[in-house]
Amino acid sequence: MTVVVGDRKRQRWVEVAREFWQARSGRIGVIILAFFVILAIAAPLVAGTDYINPVKARAAGLPQWGTPAEVGPLGTDHFRRSVWDQFVYGSRISLLVGLAASFLTILIGSAVGIVSGFVGGKLDSALMRITEWFLVIPFLPLAIVLAAVLGRSLLNMIFVIGITSWPSTARLVRSQVLTLKQRTFVDRSRSLGGSGLHVVRQHILPNVSGLILANTTLAVPISILTETTLSFLGLGNPQTASWGKTLEEAFVNGAIARNAWWYYLPAGVGIVLVVLAFTLIGQTLEQIVDPRLKDRR
Amino acid sequence: MTEALVVVEDLHIHFGAARAVDGVNLAVMPGEVLALVGESGSGKTTLIRAIQGLTHPTSGKVLFEGKEADARHLPDVQMVFQDPTGALNPRRTVSEIVAEGLRIEKFKGNEAEAVSTALSRAGLRPPERFLRRFPHEISGGQRQRVVIAGAMVTEPRLLLADEPVASLDASIRGEILGLLRNLVDTTGLAVLVVTHDLGLAWNIADRVAVMYLGRIIEVGPTEELLDSPKHPYTKALLSVVPETRGMEQQILSGEIPDPKRIPSGCRFHPRCPVLQSGESERLGIAERCRGEDPAIISAAATREAACWAVKAIAVAG
Repeated sequence: MTVVVGDRKRQRWVEVAREFWQARSGRIGVIILAFFVILAIAAPLVAGTDYINPVKARAAGLPQWGTPAEVGPLGTDHFRRSVWDQFVYGSRISLLVGLAASFLTILIGSAVGIVSGFVGGKLDSALMRITEWFLVIPFLPLAIVLAAVLGRSLLNMIFVIGITSWPSTARLVRSQVLTLKQRTFVDRSRSLGGSGLHVVRQHILPNVSGLILANTTLAVPISILTETTLSFLGLGNPQTASWGKTLEEAFVNGAIARNAWWYYLPAGVGIVLVVLAFTLIGQTLEQIVDPRLKDRR
Repeated sequence: MTEALVVVEDLHIHFGAARAVDGVNLAVMPGEVLALVGESGSGKTTLIRAIQGLTHPTSGKVLFEGKEADARHLPDVQMVFQDPTGALNPRRTVSEIVAEGLRIEKFKGNEAEAVSTALSRAGLRPPERFLRRFPHEISGGQRQRVVIAGAMVTEPRLLLADEPVASLDASIRGEILGLLRNLVDTTGLAVLVVTHDLGLAWNIADRVAVMYLGRIIEVGPTEELLDSPKHPYTKALLSVVPETRGMEQQILSGEIPDPKRIPSGCRFHPRCPVLQSGESERLGIAERCRGEDPAIISAAATREAACWAVKAIAVAG
C-alpha cells in the first residue's frame, strides 16, 4: 500500500514539474535563476580572484576606470579591479545570503505562526508579544547592534537578517492558520480522531504552503537588499565582494557622475533579475499548488 | 429493551453567560434515526458537537454503550457536516479524504479496497472515477456523498448529521436522505440528524426530539409527534410546514430569546400562545408557566412534552 501511495506522490511531483515548465512565467524564472546559480557555482571557471585584489590589479597594469572596450569583459573600477570578476563572485554572496537568510526567516516565521495560531491561548499571547517586540524595534539599529556584537562575517550576516525579518511572516502565517482552524475540514479531521499534529500536517500545512511560498519569494529579494544595506553600512564582510558592496562603492566613488555604467549596472541588473526570477517562480508554484487558481492562469 | 447506544445525561454547555445547552437528556438507540429539530440558536449543533467531542461540556456526561467516553476518539461515532464544500480539504483528492479516517485509525487491511467500497456504498459508482478527483471537480451532492463515505469507511455505529442537506439543491436532498436511510436499513447504523426542517424529520426519522433554547421540550415517535403534537412550540413549528394543510398557521411572536438571558419559569412562556390566549389562566397554571421550570425530560421517555398545560390537561382529562 505504501508503495502505491509513494508512487502516486512521486507522480504528482512529476506532474507539478511538468506543469511548472509549461507555464511561461515559471520557465522564464527558472532560466534566469539557473543562469545565476550556474554563474555562481562556475565562478572559478569564468572569472578569477586575482584582479579583485587592487594590488595585483595594479601590478598587472590595469587602468583606473577602464571601459569594457579597453579592458576585459566589464572594465575596471577606481581601484583598477575587474568589475566582471567582482560581479561573478558577488553573485555567490548575494545568492547565498539571500537564500540562507530567507530560509531562516521562513523557518522561524512559519513555525512561530503555525504554533501560535493553532495552539492559541496563552502560548499564542506569549509568542505574539515576542513577535511584536521584534516588529516594533527599529530594524536597522537592531541589525547594526547585532552585527557589531557578533562580528563581521557572512554567517552572522545571515543570522542577523533571519532573526530580524521573521515577525511579519509569523503574523501572516498565524492569521491564515486562524482562519483555517475554523474551517469544517479541520472539524471533520478532529471528529475522525485526528490529533493536533495530524491536523497540522494534513490540513494546515498544505493550505498555508502557498502563502509560505509567496512569502519566500518576497523574503529572498528583501534579504538580498538587506544584505546590500548592511554592506553599505560597513557591516558586511570587508574581504568578500557582493553586489551590494559593488553598488555602494560605485555610488560613493562617483561612478554615476563619471558615467561608468559598467561599474554599477551589472550588479544592479543582477539584483533585479534575481528578484524577478524568484517572484516568477513563486507565483507559478502558487498557481500549481493551489488547484483552485489553475483555471485562472 | 435494548441498551441505548449513546446516552446524554444532564448535559450543560455554557459559553460565558450563554447557556447553549441547558440540561439535556437524550438516548439514541442502535439502528434508529433520531431527528433533533429546532430553530437556529436552539443549541442542536452544540449538542451534537459535544457528543462528537468537539465541544467540551460544562457539566453532564455523554455515555457510549454505558461507558463514559473520551468522546473525541470514538471511532464508532462519525459526523456529516452541513457544508460539504467546507468539510473537504481542497488540496486532497477524494481517495485521500475518504482514507483519512482509516489512516488515523492505523487501519491494517486493504485501504484502497475499503475506500472503493465506501465510495460505492455512498453511491459514487464506479469509485475509480472519483478516486483521483479534487473536491472542486465534483458536484455539491457528490461532495456530500464523499463526506458520508469518509464517515462510513470506519464502519461507525452512530452517524451525527448536522443539517446534512441544508446546503444542497432541493433535487439532491431526497437522494442524500434516501442514502442515509438506506445505510441505516442495511448496516444497522444509528443516525442522529440535526435539522430545522420538520419535513425532513418526517421523511427519515423514527423518532423526533424538539429543542428550544438549549433544552429538549418534546420527544416522541415521528408519526405520533407530528400527527398530534402536544407542546405549543411543536404545534407552532408544525403549523408553518407547507405539508400540514388544515392546521391553522400560528406565527410565534418575537424571536428566540438570547441564551444569555433564558426566561424564568418555562423558557417558552414569553412566546407561548397558550399563555397569551389566556388558556393557562383558565387551567390555573399561569403562575407556574411564568415562575416554575418544567422538569427536564428524561432520556428514557418515549413520549413527553415539557409543558405545564399539557400536564394539567392530562391530569384533568
